[in-house]
Amino acid sequence: MKQKNLYQGSAKYIASPELLNAVNVSVALNRPLLIKGEPGTGKTMLAQSIAENLGKRLVIWNIKSTTKAQDGLYVYDTVQRLYDSQFGEGDVRDIRRYIKLGKLGEAFVADQRVVLLIDEIDKADIEFPNDLLWELDQMDFSIFETGETIAARHRPIVVITSNAEKELPDAFLRRCIFHYIAFPDEETMHEIIRVHHPDLEQKMVQSAIMAFYRVRELPGLQKRPSTSELLDWVQALVIGGVDPESINSQFPLPGVLLKKDQDMAVLKRRFSTVDESPGKRNLPGFRRV
Amino acid sequence: MFTDFYYTLRREGVQVTITEWLTLMQALKLGLAGDSLTGFYYLARSVLIKTETRYDAYDRAFLKYFAGVETPPQVTDQVLQWLENALPPLKMNPGEKNPSFDWSLDELRRALAERLEKQDGEHHGGSQWIGTGGTSPFGHSGYHPAGVRIGGESVNKSAVKVAGDRAYRDFRTDETLSTRQFELALRRLRLLSTAVEGEKDTLDLDATVDAIGRNAGRLELVWARSRKNRVKLLVLMDSGGSMNPYQRLCSRLFNAANKSTHFRDLQFYYFHNCVYEIIFKDPVCMRRNSLATFEFLRQYGSDYRLIIVGDASMGPGELLRPYGSLDWGADNEEPGINWMRRLAAHFEFSAWLNPIPRAHWKMVEGAYTISALQEVFPMFELTLDGLNECTKALISKKSAKRI
Repeated sequence: MKQKNLYQGSAKYIASPELLNAVNVSVALNRPLLIKGEPGTGKTMLAQSIAENLGKRLVIWNIKSTTKAQDGLYVYDTVQRLYDSQFGEGDVRDIRRYIKLGKLGEAFVADQRVVLLIDEIDKADIEFPNDLLWELDQMDFSIFETGETIAARHRPIVVITSNAEKELPDAFLRRCIFHYIAFPDEETMHEIIRVHHPDLEQKMVQSAIMAFYRVRELPGLQKRPSTSELLDWVQALVIGGVDPESINSQFPLPGVLLKKDQDMAVLKRRFSTVDESPGKRNLPGFRRV
Repeated sequence: MFTDFYYTLRREGVQVTITEWLTLMQALKLGLAGDSLTGFYYLARSVLIKTETRYDAYDRAFLKYFAGVETPPQVTDQVLQWLENALPPLKMNPGEKNPSFDWSLDELRRALAERLEKQDGEHHGGSQWIGTGGTSPFGHSGYHPAGVRIGGESVNKSAVKVAGDRAYRDFRTDETLSTRQFELALRRLRLLSTAVEGEKDTLDLDATVDAIGRNAGRLELVWARSRKNRVKLLVLMDSGGSMNPYQRLCSRLFNAANKSTHFRDLQFYYFHNCVYEIIFKDPVCMRRNSLATFEFLRQYGSDYRLIIVGDASMGPGELLRPYGSLDWGADNEEPGINWMRRLAAHFEFSAWLNPIPRAHWKMVEGAYTISALQEVFPMFELTLDGLNECTKALISKKSAKRI
């Protein structure tokens, strides 16, 4: 198979020219690509799209709050080894049998260049990125128990996503190529809906998008709905057989877009005129000091 | 190549390091910028800028260096700072709004440039200068039939135009670094659980070796409970008008605390100047979303750590007199100080964080109430050092001695 090295976006994923550019820069420079953006702007999808477009295998390392940097390198299964020594199974003297490579190790030893996605790096402990500096820079690590060094045969294409839940350390940032995925404008949104649901009625899409942006711009929302929620909502509207005309006036199925009670209350206030009793309203001209 | 651009960036406050700059040079050598300025703009941005909050500074530097296009009047940091100490939005009667269509963009632009030149400080609530809550055409939260809201949004065309649009102005925060520093400080607020609660999920090596020895070599694994942080934290934030100048500082603390995952429980509540018989659940401080303070005390046991964030500055009456509350319709029979004492007595560990620098405590308008509240709570300034001191006070009684 011909190996491509220039990412051009894929059929299911609409990437802006800036994003394409950032991906290609990071591939050419062999630097990790750090992607930030509001939830639901397709950060994780990007890695899948890159893998698909460049014809490479995708290795996903999902980060959780308890993930340690070591987990990505290798795990030494002491307990299994002890048990095996007890029951005389296998060759216990061979420590290598009890070393299991983590996702990063897996990407290093692959016999082809792979795409490694480190998903939601900000979920982990605040020191986590610092612990990976050397490994991502030099693309090797050594296994303490065997004295072996695992070096990347082909430097993987590393994509790191962050929801900005935590600030990342400077030393880590210096080594990355950074791109911020801005929230798509209405035009791009049309495009995105088109690739996901190609045979939708234009009128439905139009009014759904209009209502969606109206909700997003409501002041005081705690969690603004994202692209992926809009996609779900459009689908729900179709399945529910909602009349496109009524979307903007009645706002059906809001639960797909808004996930918080308070946000729902904000929406209700906005879409119906009934409000608090006049006695509780702020007196005009009264200003908090 | 472009070495001046490097210095221009640094002058705009983008701390580009040599490593990053060399990376850019390498990328240029590889021809990654293509042959267009737009290509260079995006290439340099993705290599040099590591957070969207710096996109705006980058745009400004890019504009300066690759000038030759018409530059809009520079809205400098200083102007943005004037706007920060904002008045609450001006409420306008719809009838008074009286839209006027009699204006021209050029004229407005000229006037803005002129005023930027002349204005030398903050102005709020007036009708002429750049400021907030007034009826001047420039600033925000005010009303003018044809005004310029300072802050913008747009899309991209050519490179210099993109920079000119400065679409990322909304993201700028000049202290992103400190959120992380605050977070690190809050991590010290840690009190490990004893070995009697929780799951047994870590291998106790010593006990295992012992057990295997006793079994004459037959395996036996002994598990122990891992130790977890058991600090439960309550944060009470003042959301009164006098706190407006410190909003950014406080929201950084809020973010840092919110992001800390290591607390067993973390709750935020709000008050307006002083705590009375009710405590609010959101910063709007409306009665319908509140909790009786007695209820609050019942709900949270004395093992919660209490941090109060506020400027502690108010009229002495608000703190010391019955019915002293500013709020319309609040019926506080007891003076605020009683409620404060009650809080301090209920929680074993409590502390007050004050955004006003310690050096000013004796001089600001609220000096009287600040010193009165210092009698009740150990008070620290809301800086990195202050926060560190505060976490110590919340962990051990020894350092909680009043200063």
